Amino acid sequence: MKESCAVHTELQTEFAHTTATATAIATPATDAVVQITGLRKRYGSNEVLKGIDLQVRRGEVVVIIGKSGSGKSTLLRCVNGLEEFQEGQLQVDGQALRHGHAQAMRELRQHVGMIFQNFNLFPHLSVGRNVMLAPSLVQKRDATTSQAQAKVLLERVGLADKFDAWPDQLSGGQQQRVAIARALAMQPAVLLCDEITSALDPELVGEVLKVVEGLADEGMTLMMVTHEMSFARKVADRVVFMHAGRIHEVGPPEQIFGAPATPELQQFITALH
Amino acid sequence: MVDFTWWDILRNLLLAARWTVALSLIALVGGGLLGAALLLARLARWPGAATAVSAYVQLFQGTPLLMQLFLAYFGFALLGVNVSAWVAAGLALTLYSSAYLTEIWRGCVQAIPRGQWEAADSLALSFGEKMRHVIGPQALRLAIAPTVGFAVQAVKGTALASVIGFVELTKAGGMITNATFRPFTVYAFVALLYFALCFPLSAWSRSLERKLRRAH
Repeated sequence: MKESCAVHTELQTEFAHTTATATAIATPATDAVVQITGLRKRYGSNEVLKGIDLQVRRGEVVVIIGKSGSGKSTLLRCVNGLEEFQEGQLQVDGQALRHGHAQAMRELRQHVGMIFQNFNLFPHLSVGRNVMLAPSLVQKRDATTSQAQAKVLLERVGLADKFDAWPDQLSGGQQQRVAIARALAMQPAVLLCDEITSALDPELVGEVLKVVEGLADEGMTLMMVTHEMSFARKVADRVVFMHAGRIHEVGPPEQIFGAPATPELQQFITALH
Repeated sequence: MVDFTWWDILRNLLLAARWTVALSLIALVGGGLLGAALLLARLARWPGAATAVSAYVQLFQGTPLLMQLFLAYFGFALLGVNVSAWVAAGLALTLYSSAYLTEIWRGCVQAIPRGQWEAADSLALSFGEKMRHVIGPQALRLAIAPTVGFAVQAVKGTALASVIGFVELTKAGGMITNATFRPFTVYAFVALLYFALCFPLSAWSRSLERKLRRAH
């Protein structure tokens, strides 16, 4: 009874939405933050993504695994438009990704944070300025507000004392944590992590993953490409195994790692050990 | 026969050197602005900009500056427009400088790692914000040495404007030689004056580079 009641309210909300705006009709009424439908990407004649369908719900942690060349990083980079795709749809927070529309891309990218393998901090700006840059430019926050926010974020990643430091004075792990703070400063709806520990010395991996795990616990929506399988097992809500440009297998970590269904995934997991 | 002192020679050369400085400034400021505009058109991926700018650069880098000066001077006359040596020299040197500077600066911009562009893009920065706050400052530091190197070339290049009758340092040197019959002395002074213009430029670029290499 309770359940049907909930469904009823949801339908009502949906109805309200559809009547409110015409565009809402095109938007499926789900709690998906990222919605990918039939996405195909080609480099010339080489198709690297062969029809991807994937939904990431709010607060969900989705880990994407697969061999190199399986298209997992490319898929991630499609979500904020760093890569263009030829077919299919992609929505973030109900907003469609439209290549070539500068304003639409700018809107969408404010909802998507990205952290890179090589940190990509701006070397000519101090740590604090790295974090403050986008909020003050794009969201027109005043200096005091964005500075206060940057301090809070740096504290959250354990680098409160590094506000005035330069990126090249920091270790790799510290730089990556600054990059996380920088991405969070835009208050994104989803955070993309592209092999964020692959360029780190082994002893620095832990400090970065701990921050990411903290974010997951706080309900941040995450899409991660990673080779850290123990981390995936612990933190992921869903693991996506990609193979040859397709999503080959999806499931909760226990199922993906414990009972892989396809020979490709079995082989991938065996090769890890 | 009138006797000319060294001071007479130097004084007249110094007066002419003003026009060398003025022409150099026109070439560098005009060329810099035009070169920057061409670079931005290319970076903003305006349709056709890459091909057009590349052809422009090839044209001006692939022909002698002397010919460009002749063409600017006599070309206008052919069109029925009488231009002064000032306008022709200023225009030719501006176009010439813009072609070199836009290419030099493009190299500097391209030297910025792709990750910097991607980071700026994923932070939702607009093209202008990206150039102004991320790519520009980093490219600027790389650009100083080659830009000043070219500025020195441009200052010396103004000597060619003498062939279209523009009285700058070199032309004045020739005129003074005709009056004094002391070519070695006169041209030695001319060379020294060019050096006096170019050397501080190089020295300034070195100090600027040191300064921009962030102190810490």
